[in-house]
Amino acid sequence: MEIKYKKSNSALSVYIYGELDECTASRAKIMLDKLLNDNLNSSKVIFDLSGLTFMDSTGIGLLIGRYKKLKQFNIPLYLSGASVATEKVIELAGLYGIMPKY
Amino acid sequence: MIKKNSMKLTFLSFSENESFARSTIACFSLQLNPSISEISDIKTAVSEAVTNSIVHAYPNSLGEISIEATIENNSIHINIEDNGVGIKDLSKALEPFYTTKAEDERSGMGFTIMKSFMDEVNVVSNEGEGTKIYMKKTIKTDA
Repeated sequence: MEIKYKKSNSALSVYIYGELDECTASRAKIMLDKLLNDNLNSSKVIFDLSGLTFMDSTGIGLLIGRYKKLKQFNIPLYLSGASVATEKVIELAGLYGIMPKY
Repeated sequence: MIKKNSMKLTFLSFSENESFARSTIACFSLQLNPSISEISDIKTAVSEAVTNSIVHAYPNSLGEISIEATIENNSIHINIEDNGVGIKDLSKALEPFYTTKAEDERSGMGFTIMKSFMDEVNVVSNEGEGTKIYMKKTIKTDA
């Protein structure tokens, strides 16, 4: 699990690498929340999932949690680059309805 | 071609073992020559079942989780078992988005994923008596 980011203009792109499951989620949560807290002036946040090699329902919980956090500050969250397998999990939970595909 | 093959795996409920468990079963399923998408389905479903045991069956303790997988004809049969606290209200637990641990940002989608990614899922659980999950997936042969 590794997280990188890039800020261009006011958009924050967050690149999530590795596997997202029960084992890695708590660390990912701490890292993401720190990054988001430091960037609450962003106009939008994009989670780039193209480096994610595995995600299960623990990842859904993590994404919904970050969505709720950003919503408090009226910052829209988008998802991009999900693999076919990750996308299947995302679509089953209807996540694109609240955090659209970018 | 091997007609019937089986394996057993027992490990402690450390979350570090999740990746090991799902990868092992996914590797075992390779004998059926599954597609990449079928391998992902098996991997994700096993991950959900094992996560349930780690998070819910043994909330404040360590316990054993056992997986038995059998390959027969074109199907893989997977039994995942723990000796944990069991599920109090199974019909509720099977509902999408139902979770007893919402404060931990649990999505409540575990069983929904298992049911949509596998061809058959059967859960037997009683409070205090652990949980047994049976899952089956038939690998589609090349058209």
